[in-house]
Amino acid sequence: MYVAVKGGEEAILNAHKLIAEERRGDTVLPELSLDQIKEQMQLAVDRVMTEGSLYDRDLAALAIKQAQGDLVEAIFLLRAYRTTLARFGETQPIDTAKMAVRRRISAAYKDLPGGQVLGPSYDYTHRLLDFALAAEEGVGAPQATVAKEAVDEDMPRVTDILNHEGLIEEEIACDDDGPVADLTRDPMEFPADRDMRLQNLARGDEGFLLALGYSTQRGYGRNHPFAGEIRLGEVAVEFVPEELGFAIEIGEVTVTECQMINQFAGSAERPPQFTRGYGLAFGHCERKTMAMALVDRALRARELDESIEYPAQDEEFVLYHSDNVEASGFVQHLKLPHYVDFQSELQLIRSLRRRHDEDHLEAAE
Amino acid sequence: MQKSENQIPAAPETDEGYNFAYLDEQTKRMIRRCILKAVAVPGYQVPFGGREMPLPYGWGTGGMQVTASIIGLDDTLKVIDQGADDTTNAVNIRRFFARTAAVDTTEVTDEASIVQTRHRVPEDPMTEDQILVYQVPQPEPLRSLEPREIECRKMHAYKEYGLMQVSLYEDIARFGEIATSYSYPVMVNDRYLMSPTPIPKFDNPKMDGFPALQLFGAGREKRIYAIPPYTKVKSLDFDDHPFQIQQWEQNCALCGAEETFLDEVILDDRGGKMYVCSDSHFCARRREEGHSGSLPDSAAAAYAAAVGAQEQAVRGEREQ
Repeated sequence: MYVAVKGGEEAILNAHKLIAEERRGDTVLPELSLDQIKEQMQLAVDRVMTEGSLYDRDLAALAIKQAQGDLVEAIFLLRAYRTTLARFGETQPIDTAKMAVRRRISAAYKDLPGGQVLGPSYDYTHRLLDFALAAEEGVGAPQATVAKEAVDEDMPRVTDILNHEGLIEEEIACDDDGPVADLTRDPMEFPADRDMRLQNLARGDEGFLLALGYSTQRGYGRNHPFAGEIRLGEVAVEFVPEELGFAIEIGEVTVTECQMINQFAGSAERPPQFTRGYGLAFGHCERKTMAMALVDRALRARELDESIEYPAQDEEFVLYHSDNVEASGFVQHLKLPHYVDFQSELQLIRSLRRRHDEDHLEAAE
Repeated sequence: MQKSENQIPAAPETDEGYNFAYLDEQTKRMIRRCILKAVAVPGYQVPFGGREMPLPYGWGTGGMQVTASIIGLDDTLKVIDQGADDTTNAVNIRRFFARTAAVDTTEVTDEASIVQTRHRVPEDPMTEDQILVYQVPQPEPLRSLEPREIECRKMHAYKEYGLMQVSLYEDIARFGEIATSYSYPVMVNDRYLMSPTPIPKFDNPKMDGFPALQLFGAGREKRIYAIPPYTKVKSLDFDDHPFQIQQWEQNCALCGAEETFLDEVILDDRGGKMYVCSDSHFCARRREEGHSGSLPDSAAAAYAAAVGAQEQAVRGEREQ
């Protein structure tokens, strides 16, 4: 019996074999291929790439398969792989104004240059289970109608439009050539600058940010947001190789960007202006980017001289607890043996109870 | 270090795809620099660029990064969790280094050049030639009193530890004694308040003037700290409530040891229990030397046989 509580190497190896068997499931059914995951579970792949901080659809699909669809576990797998990759430099900032837009909506304007482009979206689906998808023969090859005219190439960002009138604060790019904070190389520092904060939020757990963003809407740090613009599409990634000295395009990535427009800040020197909250994620992750933009804005409380009263405004609270790889590990480490500490507590509580009983007896006498 | 048959050769299927001890050399150098700073300022928590390890945060990633940065081909590694070599997490971390660093591992404390531990200091004394690496879940001793990092760092900078003394005093007022049995706070070198990781306070006195270098790695919190050899480490207390360690009314049921940290083992559902050494190597060695405890010889033999059979099975599989 005593042996049973001490796990051996054999037990671990057997557990791995068992998990491999469970992962495979019923062998009568064909095994899931990475291409199937990549093509038919795209949103899961997008989330894993975003929070795993690695833009690689194949590896994300592999991680999802290996984790039996547990996305937080898949994110962890991708992160652990990412750490081992060599860095060969930093790309130029991506320019979302030049995005090949597939979806672009603004809740702030009815119409605007470039128009509203609904694109692929579940927004207006009726959430009725579609039993056609359950049919044995599948859905065949659904085909969307091609629009009569191409999407406008010129699609300025809504915040840039507001900028012309000076109605919204300037986006202050901290020195474009300067180094950008990198959480994967350096520990977090407080007070955190916005580059560090945005990186943390981009990698942060979608559920955590969603709840925090929601809390700001319900009064815990309200900042009156409008979804200024949400856009989805492909942007070019440019890199300046030292030997060339000018930027070349090395590929493209799909990103979702959300610009929230929030209520005013102003001062004696400056008239009131809208303020910004920003969200960006790999792939198609609207819920994540919107929540991120709300939390980014809430965390600007210090910079904008707002009172810091609520969890979403508290940078140590948010940034230290947003990472699901850290959170999942630490919560689940409680599964590890703690019997030395527990034994210490047993001893202590017995001693305290003995003392309590003695005191009680004395009092009774 | 002498080699003996206790030493287990590295696993044959060492992973080729990764760098020696998993981390790249730049990262190891960065960590070693942080370790040097930590040694120079005993008890001070040095922030470091902790990496994601292929084991979950909270499961020893900090200790593993420290070990990975200091380990070389000549080293012999021992890994314990709760004092025991055969707990799952200890087995797993030992396997990790056998795979990625191809170093020899051992269960014998004085054969190891590096001992990585979770929650215990080995019962056997350690020497100047050895390094003890602790896995740290929460490096900040003030965290339970002050959740904010900015505030905690200020308190360390000003050596402002009144809050901790008050908290210990409140325990005495409420319970009649200091109700902290593990992670009991210590002052290092009369300067920094330090969390000795959740080792039981039983082990605190061992840290004081310890001959081996003690390194502490907190992966999730990205902090490294250290106690150089022969450094003063004092557990906080009051003149009228001096620091005391745990004592047991019984001895180890297997080896009869009187002054070790004992685990309580439940034997049945009617209150039957026995106490055994938490340091599995220490206890086994004493049994080999002929010591025995209150457990009848037949039961002790059965227990030893069961554990031995398991160990042999594992070794057998490894040799195949």
